Amino acid sequence: MNAPLRQNQPQTAPLGQRTKVLSLVDVDKAFSGGVVALKRLTMTVNAGDFISLLGPSGCGKSTALRLIAGLMRPTSGRIAWEGGQGRDDLGVVFQEPTLMPWATVAQNVWLPYRLRGQSYKSVKDRVEEILSLVGLERFAKSYPRELSGGMKMRVSIARALVTAPRLILMDEPFAALDEITRQKLNDDLLALKARMGSTVIFVTHSVFESVFLSDRILIMAPRPGRVLTEITVDAPYPRGLDYRTSADYAAKARETSEALMTAMGGVLMEGE
Amino acid sequence: MMAATDAPGMAAAKSDAPQLDAEEEIHARAKRIEAVAKWLLPALVLALAIFAWDRAVVINAIPHYILPGPGLVVQTLVQDWPILFPALLVTLKITLMALGVAVLGGVGLSVLFTQSRFAEMCFFPFAVILQVTPIVSVAPLIFIYVSSKLAALLLCAWIVAFFPILANTTLGLKSTDHNLRDLMTIYKASRWQRLRFLQAPSALPYFLGGLRIAGGLALIGSVVAEYVAGTGGIGSGLAFRILEAGYRLNIPRMYAALLLIAATGVVIFLATTTLNHLLLRKWHESAVKRE
Repeated sequence: MNAPLRQNQPQTAPLGQRTKVLSLVDVDKAFSGGVVALKRLTMTVNAGDFISLLGPSGCGKSTALRLIAGLMRPTSGRIAWEGGQGRDDLGVVFQEPTLMPWATVAQNVWLPYRLRGQSYKSVKDRVEEILSLVGLERFAKSYPRELSGGMKMRVSIARALVTAPRLILMDEPFAALDEITRQKLNDDLLALKARMGSTVIFVTHSVFESVFLSDRILIMAPRPGRVLTEITVDAPYPRGLDYRTSADYAAKARETSEALMTAMGGVLMEGE
Repeated sequence: MMAATDAPGMAAAKSDAPQLDAEEEIHARAKRIEAVAKWLLPALVLALAIFAWDRAVVINAIPHYILPGPGLVVQTLVQDWPILFPALLVTLKITLMALGVAVLGGVGLSVLFTQSRFAEMCFFPFAVILQVTPIVSVAPLIFIYVSSKLAALLLCAWIVAFFPILANTTLGLKSTDHNLRDLMTIYKASRWQRLRFLQAPSALPYFLGGLRIAGGLALIGSVVAEYVAGTGGIGSGLAFRILEAGYRLNIPRMYAALLLIAATGVVIFLATTTLNHLLLRKWHESAVKRE
């Protein structure tokens, strides 16, 4: 039941040769009051993808994530998991670390297993392993209030990854962190993803973050929220400082910024 | 040239260090003084008040059947201990039992209320009515309907004590972090798991706040109920002894009994505060020591 975290996983298959995990077909979401949050959202998520949903506020990024997480039902359209949905499908990281303040770091990471009725003893090795992967092995017995913002976010990521779910949803997880911490967490997230072969959907409003992290960027536009274009970032992983300072990276960031500009109607909207 | 420009800097650095130390020392001394003053000051003021009470009685030659001096009260306490101690035990027993039932009832009802909105709609008004009706006006009826005096006393004390626990725990069970609630949904947690792993720990600080209030109220409730039961009651609690002593103009014994009730209240308060600290010191803002 608790296979060791996949180590030295063979390289994720190249784009275009990956197996499908999840597909959204013509998904609409309207709220009572008539606001159309999403209009005909169609996307396919493949195993090993690192997808960024990028767009201005109000473009329905978070709504899309909540729909995939099953926290909302679409007004119309279909969200289909390949081979049906199971227990291990999802891990989620919110914008806040969302840890239980009364529980230690290890107990927080244990939560997904605990809710399945698995004792701490039976998953202790697993919890300790993931904590060492996020660099917090010495803090297993600490309480969240004793940790810095970046460390809390690491715990949150460890909790999402510990069960090696088929898909990890991240909703602007690093938005509240300072730039230095954010870059470090970006690096570490990529290392973790490579190690575990995870599939990630990452909501952000940072062009640079999306270009650094993802191999697919879906540009979303507001009113009504929809996917406008997809940009493929084919720079090879692992990516690091070299990539962050490369001409490729700058060109991709420019392309993405321009696409984002178009998505917002070509001009910065006044009053925003 | 270099040495000349460096020298003032060096001197400044040197004089800086001890200056900072002095400041630190002042700070540390202020802290030490505060730590002592925290206990010494209230003790001193209390001692002064007792002294003033004693002097006022002696100087004005107030007869002991109007206002006994503190010495006489303590003397009576020791002398009447065989009468007062069993009375204290009775009051204590009713108070603690009422508090126990208030915890069970308050927590039980709050769990019911948060699990079912309809249950809350149906029964919350009753809880409010029970809470707002002064116990002194209901107690005589309770003593008519409930044949067991002990049960009647318990019921009165419970009515007074359970509401803060109910109200606080209900609030706590509802004040869970919405992201954690979403997380529970995503992990397909059952109702029981939600309650056990999320709502109960979130409600703990609120519950403990309610318990602190309820502890004092349970004592008040049991004393008031005993007053209402009057000398026709089971006739053994501290309130009964106060009434009895009043009829006999035994004012020193009234004071001695009063002293015991006040001390009981203080002990209950300290106990609930300690419990609060022990359970929350690791994680809750209210109990965590700040550097």
